[in-house]
Amino acid sequence: MDTKEVKNTRKFKDYEFFRSPDSQYFLLPFRFHRINAQKEVLVNEVGDFLIVPAGTASRIVNREISEKEEIYHDLHANFFISTEAVPPLIDVLATRYRTKKSFLDEFTALHIFVVTLRCNHSCHYCQVSRVSENKKDFDISLENLMAGIHHMFRSPAKSITMEFQGGEPLLAFDEVKFAVETATELNKVYKKQITFVICTNSTIFTDEILDFCKQYDILISTSLDGPEFLHNANRPKTGIPSYELVIAGINKARSVLGHEKVSALMTTTSMSLDFPTEIIDAYIENGFSNIFLRPISPYGFALKNPKKNKYETDRYLDFYRKGLNYILELNNKGHFFVEDYTTILLRKILTPFPVNYVDLQSPAGLINSVIVYNYDGFVYATDESRMIAENLDFTFRLGHVKDDYKNIFYGEKAKFLSQYWSNECLAGCADCGFQNYCGADPVFHYSAQGDFEGHRPTSDFCKKNMEIISNLFELIDQNGSEFLPIFYSWINNKPRF
Amino acid sequence: MIQLKAKGIAQNITYSIVAEVVSLPGKDEVHCYAPDINDKIIIASELFESPHFIGIMGITNINHLEVGDIVLIHPNGMVYTLFRKNSSHNSLFITDRCNSNCLMCSQPPKNVDDLDYYYHINSRLIDMIPPTTRELGITGGEPTLLGQRFIELLSHITRKLPNTEVHVLTNGRSFAWKNIPKAIFDVNNPRIVFGIPLYSDYHLLHDYIVQAKNAYFQTLLGFHNMARYGLRLELRIVLHRQTYKRLSMLAKFIFKNLPFVEHVAFMGLEYTGYTPKNGELLWIEPDEYSNELEESVLFLDSMGMNVSIYNLQLCILRPSLWKFARKSISDWKRDYLSQCQQCLLLNECGGVFATSKKHSEHIKAITS
Repeated sequence: MDTKEVKNTRKFKDYEFFRSPDSQYFLLPFRFHRINAQKEVLVNEVGDFLIVPAGTASRIVNREISEKEEIYHDLHANFFISTEAVPPLIDVLATRYRTKKSFLDEFTALHIFVVTLRCNHSCHYCQVSRVSENKKDFDISLENLMAGIHHMFRSPAKSITMEFQGGEPLLAFDEVKFAVETATELNKVYKKQITFVICTNSTIFTDEILDFCKQYDILISTSLDGPEFLHNANRPKTGIPSYELVIAGINKARSVLGHEKVSALMTTTSMSLDFPTEIIDAYIENGFSNIFLRPISPYGFALKNPKKNKYETDRYLDFYRKGLNYILELNNKGHFFVEDYTTILLRKILTPFPVNYVDLQSPAGLINSVIVYNYDGFVYATDESRMIAENLDFTFRLGHVKDDYKNIFYGEKAKFLSQYWSNECLAGCADCGFQNYCGADPVFHYSAQGDFEGHRPTSDFCKKNMEIISNLFELIDQNGSEFLPIFYSWINNKPRF
Repeated sequence: MIQLKAKGIAQNITYSIVAEVVSLPGKDEVHCYAPDINDKIIIASELFESPHFIGIMGITNINHLEVGDIVLIHPNGMVYTLFRKNSSHNSLFITDRCNSNCLMCSQPPKNVDDLDYYYHINSRLIDMIPPTTRELGITGGEPTLLGQRFIELLSHITRKLPNTEVHVLTNGRSFAWKNIPKAIFDVNNPRIVFGIPLYSDYHLLHDYIVQAKNAYFQTLLGFHNMARYGLRLELRIVLHRQTYKRLSMLAKFIFKNLPFVEHVAFMGLEYTGYTPKNGELLWIEPDEYSNELEESVLFLDSMGMNVSIYNLQLCILRPSLWKFARKSISDWKRDYLSQCQQCLLLNECGGVFATSKKHSEHIKAITS
């Protein structure tokens, strides 16, 4: 070759050569939580975690970790410590943080339209419905509906969800139809990705309704509380019992719209708490591959019926754990079945991606991700907010649908609520090990504790999430090789076999 | 192993000339055309006496050359094959220089001033490579040491070979400086993929393996800067005694911090170059790291990432990993051992490196 060797300095250096002479390390922001007597979880600023022996956080802070220990390598690789005051990869960490919070970029994406309060059921846990024939008093006016649709299109989100709730929204099918057609027409200009969802009890599907749903690719979200005896007890209805009608409705909707277009949500009641496996079995029997084991909310009418509905968080947690264990067993046997709440948490714990779930995020979902246009024309911060309003408490009423967009979404009320919607700034949350995985819920705390900020030691919201998250870390720690592959399959919604 | 060079006696060749094989008039004669001199160059076994002969004579073994191949004809009588028409494993060799000095480098770097020399050759070569070529590698040494001319080279390829998939092997350290990813972005060629190695999630271990301080930080910033410009990235991990222990931690690190890479390749060791010198530090029987490899590959796959295993034979991989094994060894250095001849999966297997001075003791025929 027309080249000449310049100088040979390519002698190999040993590992020691690369070690910095100064073994001092700097701390990056992290939090920790002891999950049992032996173990604690360390969580960094972007939600990466390490499960370590109890006492490790203290050793880290007291600079007792040596570079020769494997844990030092784990801590450095996972952004817990740095050999420089400003870590060389701080831009990487910043990108990670921005990614985790990028659900905020879209602002309000979920627009809930309460088209009527009328319902053909009288569920005791329902906070809002009326069994009434008086359309004029309980259906949304076309004028208000139109105003809400215009607000929806003002949202900067490229993908929006237009969700119809009630009461039973299909009792006001004309309004639903008007709204979907109007939004579709207007969207020729706005060009957003719109997902339509109808939250219905599935008992009044006519061919006309389902044909319409098919035409506009509308998703059906229905209520199914479990096996027949439980569903019918939870969801009383005059005439033909609800369960029979719901199952017939689900199957009819599936046959017209396709299996995957119909999903179900369960509401947990005091009675449900004794039947976790029966509820799950009912979901499986009816062809579902997921369930959301969610607790009932302490809003609206629910507060008026404390005997029937006031259940203890401990009982719920026991119910959840039994249900989760049962579901994990099913998965272990090769049956792909997902628990939705666990999956939401696992996405937060095990992936670097943002998780769009309005009920567990910080800043909270209210206004940032969801808005409710009520049947009477008033606009509320969340679905729960309008339920509180049914008790004549209008704390979370942001204004009227005919108000300016700016006054609703950026008004005084929104500003006031913003003080309480970030768990990074709430007492008890600011230094919590699970802060990254949890959220702020000023509506819940106002409702349950009379305080927007909330009192963590006595908060059911806090207790529930702390226990559930802690339990997940224990599962990962004690039997990760068995459970993690299941968890990964849930996160990616992809059966393993 | 396929032959890529031959030696004879040069006549009237005063500098290195890039030429294309245009005809094979006889068994021992090859005619080439060199655009640089707009003339014919002959490569032949015969010894010509004419003073007007331009080419290489008295060369014994030239049967490997085919019409359409591109060769480099050197004044010292060497004929190097630069491009083989019937191969999908062609690469531009940019330099022998490197700013790293990896313990297991299969092609050890040299401290030579060869950037101009190869740049000149590659510039000619790019003009001569047929535009129908499907794949082209760019390798070294460290190609980005070309600096601004690296960008010019990519632009040149983009102009001349717009339909060719380009794969650049680089340590990615240069990309820590944002102006370089920006300049590559401006080349605007969506067919270029950058294959960048990351050997550990722990900075000192990576630095030690590549024998360069701060290489870990530079490579990671490089990945991120490249991703910022939407450039296409592949991550490569070489499996050996220094990398296997933290392999599953590295897999999780990749998913958390580099989920934007479009491909992760776990690569078996090529036992040549520096590797035999560092054999004790590096060699490990693949079955000793099969737990770590399986966990890492299945994890990344379950998280939806695109994963491959290179250079490892099916008989030493767990069947759960077979679907990730690729025939990665370039055709010109792919080989099979004697025991492989009875193997039922011979055709599916990528074989071994003909260049490797050592193979796993567990390579055996799969007969049922």
